[in-house]
Amino acid sequence: MLSQYYKKDFKILSKLENDMRLVYLDNAATTQKPDVVLAAVKRYYTADNANPHRGVYELAMRATDVHENARSVIAAFLNAERAEEIIFTRNATEALNLVAYSYGLANLKTDDEIAVAISEHHSNLVPWQRVAEATGAKIVYLYPNEQGEYTEEELTSKIGKSTKILAMAHVSNVLGIENPVKFATRLVHQNGGIAVIDCAQSVAHMKVDVRDIDADFVAFSGHKIYAPMGIGVLYGKYDLLDAMPPFLSGGDMISHVHESGTTYAKPPRKFEAGTCNLGDEAGLVEAIRYVERIDIDKIREHETELCKKALEGLNSLGGIDIYPSVSSKSRSLISFNIRGVHPHDAATIMDSYGVCVRAGHHCAEPLMERLGIGSCLRASFAIYNDMEDVDIFIRSVEQTRKVMGIGS
Amino acid sequence: MDLNNLYSQIITENSRAAHNRRPVPGATLSLEGNNPSCGDDIVLQVKIENGIIEDLGFVGTGCAISQASASLMIDLIKGKTVEEAKSLVDLYLRMIKGEADEKEYIDRLEDCSALAGVSKVPARVKCAVLAWHTLEDALNNQNV
Ligand SMILES: Cc1ncc(COP(=O)(O)O)c(C=O)c1O
Repeated sequence: MLSQYYKKDFKILSKLENDMRLVYLDNAATTQKPDVVLAAVKRYYTADNANPHRGVYELAMRATDVHENARSVIAAFLNAERAEEIIFTRNATEALNLVAYSYGLANLKTDDEIAVAISEHHSNLVPWQRVAEATGAKIVYLYPNEQGEYTEEELTSKIGKSTKILAMAHVSNVLGIENPVKFATRLVHQNGGIAVIDCAQSVAHMKVDVRDIDADFVAFSGHKIYAPMGIGVLYGKYDLLDAMPPFLSGGDMISHVHESGTTYAKPPRKFEAGTCNLGDEAGLVEAIRYVERIDIDKIREHETELCKKALEGLNSLGGIDIYPSVSSKSRSLISFNIRGVHPHDAATIMDSYGVCVRAGHHCAEPLMERLGIGSCLRASFAIYNDMEDVDIFIRSVEQTRKVMGIGS
Repeated sequence: MDLNNLYSQIITENSRAAHNRRPVPGATLSLEGNNPSCGDDIVLQVKIENGIIEDLGFVGTGCAISQASASLMIDLIKGKTVEEAKSLVDLYLRMIKGEADEKEYIDRLEDCSALAGVSKVPARVKCAVLAWHTLEDALNNQNV
């Protein structure tokens, strides 16, 4: 298996937690960081650190190079047309807020519609609710079928002439399967709107090609793709970015400031107010190189295999509800409940076997309501997980049922 | 800490909790408590007469720990004065933080001391204190 080569790259995975092997299955929340990424951050601060764009001395030039090189690497990774389409943010949430408050506020008016998939993470939903409130636009929710899929029928019936914005994740952080973003994007374009695709849960698990999807905006967080926390990315089509008003304002994002007013820099700098997080940009570049060295298709294959094994294990235990219960699509995460056990109790007991899974509403409360549950468990996989992790995971679920007096 | 042991007491407690899981007729206080990060949500109803807590009940959903602690609290608090109740809430909260004297809490908190083990599971402290914080808020706000 791939994992046997990569596990050793992550120091935290070789450490024991309470004398037990760490079975880290909360990768959809955040991934662990390989040594090469940590080294890249350190290398930046020990060799190249200065404030970019603000100095004429050579060190500042080097820092500027790190910053602009990171932009180019990310542009190539996403297959963007030009590097100026990449904006650094703190995380996906900030990137999505940027689009909502800059593009949304400037372009929406009363009775315009924002089509939002009900399975969106709160970060691609709450900003739209707020912008709708501020502009008088309406939110139209899109609902998946029993298999967790947004059908062409559903999309066609909800996306029309009034739809100005579509907000949809490439992959939901609960349902875990790929959404038909290409179809949805084409549809919204035919109606004169734009598409905001949240790729937080896809970039680390499958190829994301912004031009193939033809997305107008794409957001992701570095920390879910083996990079440090605190660095995120917004991709936006250049002409849209160029026409948008700034989001945050202050240093670095201006062209000229006078007593009488200010002219703004061109994108991307118009949207990067204040000093950027260059150390973590260097880390993100290294994380992307790491993923590209392994090959994203191989990662996907590996995680799909682990998921398949885990699903078989859960199904053979019985008494488990899986969301969505059936799907022919591959996934790299599994959301489920142990019937009769509250997910928090389950996660506490599983933790006593060294297994880290997420329990809660996963910042997707509208979807939870739709599924008729308050919360659920989620096991999510990454490159370093292996079949032994899956075995321990399944055993911990079995033990949880025992401890809670179920099925015995 | 023996998690199996903690859970076996909690499960036993929850199987007996049905009598406390109800709205309170003529309640003088009703307060909602929730843990936004977990979705635990309870409504606690209290009936106070002449400074005595005559009746309590709760409705809502949550994990086994939050439900057991709500039911245990109700059994302990019913019939106590408001002042006694406040002092017991304070002792319970200290027990869950691992800051109370063992002899004192076993003595005064009776069956609720079964939850002392939660102090060793920091991630679950908020579940064990949900009902108690809700009661504390209700008692502190009863005159406003
Ligand atoms: C689909 C999705 N979108 C957005 C986010 C928000 O990511 P962050 O908290 O890094 O901004 C997450 C992560 O929790 C997510 O899973």
